[in-house]
Amino acid sequence: MPYAVSFQQVSRHFGSVRAVDAVDLEIEPGEFFAMLGPSGSGKTTCLRLIAGFEQPTSGHIEIFGETAEGVPPYRRNVNTVFQDYALFPHLNVADNVAYGLMIRGVGKAERTREAEAALEMVKLPGYGARKPGQLSGGQRQRVALARALVNKPKVLLLDEPLGALDLKLREQMQEELKVLQKALGITFVFVTHDQGEALSMADRIAVFNDGRIMQTGTPEEIYRRPKTRFVADFVGSSNVLSPQLTEKLAGVAEWSSLRPEDIRLVTDGGHEATVTGTSFLGSATRLTLDVAGEKINVLLPSGTRVPAQGEGVRFSWNSDALHLMGAKA
Amino acid sequence: MRSDKQNSTPMGLKIAAGIGLAFLHLPILLIFLYAFTTEEKSYQFPPPGLTLKWFAVTWNRPDVWEALGLSVRVASISTVIALTLGTLCAAAISQTKFFGREAISLLVILPIALPGIITGISLRSAFNLAEIPFSFWTIVLGHATFCVVVVYNNAVARFRRMSGSLIEASMDLGADGFQTFRHVILPNIGTALLAGGMLAFALSFDEVIVTTFTAGQQATLPIWMLEELVRPRQRPVTNVVAMVVVLVTFLPILAAYHLTRDGDQISGQGK
Repeated sequence: MPYAVSFQQVSRHFGSVRAVDAVDLEIEPGEFFAMLGPSGSGKTTCLRLIAGFEQPTSGHIEIFGETAEGVPPYRRNVNTVFQDYALFPHLNVADNVAYGLMIRGVGKAERTREAEAALEMVKLPGYGARKPGQLSGGQRQRVALARALVNKPKVLLLDEPLGALDLKLREQMQEELKVLQKALGITFVFVTHDQGEALSMADRIAVFNDGRIMQTGTPEEIYRRPKTRFVADFVGSSNVLSPQLTEKLAGVAEWSSLRPEDIRLVTDGGHEATVTGTSFLGSATRLTLDVAGEKINVLLPSGTRVPAQGEGVRFSWNSDALHLMGAKA
Repeated sequence: MRSDKQNSTPMGLKIAAGIGLAFLHLPILLIFLYAFTTEEKSYQFPPPGLTLKWFAVTWNRPDVWEALGLSVRVASISTVIALTLGTLCAAAISQTKFFGREAISLLVILPIALPGIITGISLRSAFNLAEIPFSFWTIVLGHATFCVVVVYNNAVARFRRMSGSLIEASMDLGADGFQTFRHVILPNIGTALLAGGMLAFALSFDEVIVTTFTAGQQATLPIWMLEELVRPRQRPVTNVVAMVVVLVTFLPILAAYHLTRDGDQISGQGK
């Protein structure tokens, strides 16, 4: 079985800007794949390369085994949920959803039926007669989803689809998207800058920076075993320790990452540090420690005694929590 | 009361505004009035008597019909050319980025900022150089130069308000360029094109300066009126025609204003 999407050394340059730079990527059929990265990291350009809105400067793209370069967006079996939803303002919700079917020449009765079924799937039955302007942000998002899914795409692309929603709605949509994806078995490719969203939703994540993929793996791998300083810092704000400090603490001169929640304070043994700051987060308290001139964050579970600023403490961690990333990460 | 104070305007200012408006519009009413006068050689005030006979006289003057026909044909064809070129140009300027985009945008708008007499002279000398005889088509070309601008301005404003991802969404859903134009672009810029087209028609219909330089022996309605003023024969006929011209140009402009007034929200924006 071919990959749903595969990139071989794909680059997309805009003048001297290397938006996407020699990217290799394989997405399995039926996978929920997240492209994670800060803005300008090339993740959206990668999505647009799959959709066909951009053509690669060099390299080779295949979608389900078929060459994609040179194929216009309207001849790809791929649909997109746009960041601003891009609903057609002059059409009502039903006609928006049925647009792809109308273009393909599906009869009026059938497309009305399919559009209604798609609206039901996104929990908006009976909204067909409304205009997009009369819907809330969350409802527009669902219409955009229905409009894409009604075409039964092989790959569904989602460009930061939850970015404009408030926190509560976003969590609800994350859950629904996951359920929908598992039920339909369609490959979802999801672009986001929110690491929490990527970790909770995706089967696999590619972390982007400066047009390159830094690491690809399951959420667990990305979180527990970051390969580079960038990944460690961007995914879950881990402590990144310099080779000097790592040598002092663990005896190996390599970059390493140590998660704040993996560190505990001990009464004897461990290493010495000075508390330079505390902040109360609700479920936990974050301590900032100074260890030989470097800053280390520690998450203290609520209920433990919080040391005062300037106090000397000792800290330790489980032996497997310190993750080494090599001398030149 | 505060709001009352804000609403009360000094009497002097009210009178000044009234005089200003009267100065602008009374002469137009005079034109209408003299269309009904019984005196045909000179415009004396007040008119010695009122009559409707000039409407009948105008109706039976073949030269009026000829000029009106020419004006309508010129305005229609100029508008069609302007709609086509103006829309294409607006689409190119607003949907793509290329080197010299701003310069081209300025060059397109320039003809309307340029004095008509300059446009007229330059077109005339260009036609002479190219040895193109003056005809119906030279008038149309002259008018198209400024009609394109009106359509372009209307279309470009609407294109800017249209979210760029609408076109991508349409392509993404399987529509090729033509289908996207028909099902997404046209419905979204339709009223802007209608408004631009009507303004272009009105502009062309009462244009004098450029026409003087680009017409041969033919006379459009405004040119005919100009010629008519120096000949003191059946003068009120000119006034009747003037009324018609005012109506024909005023109604489309009013309609265009109403069409573009609404729809200030950005179409296709989801947030």
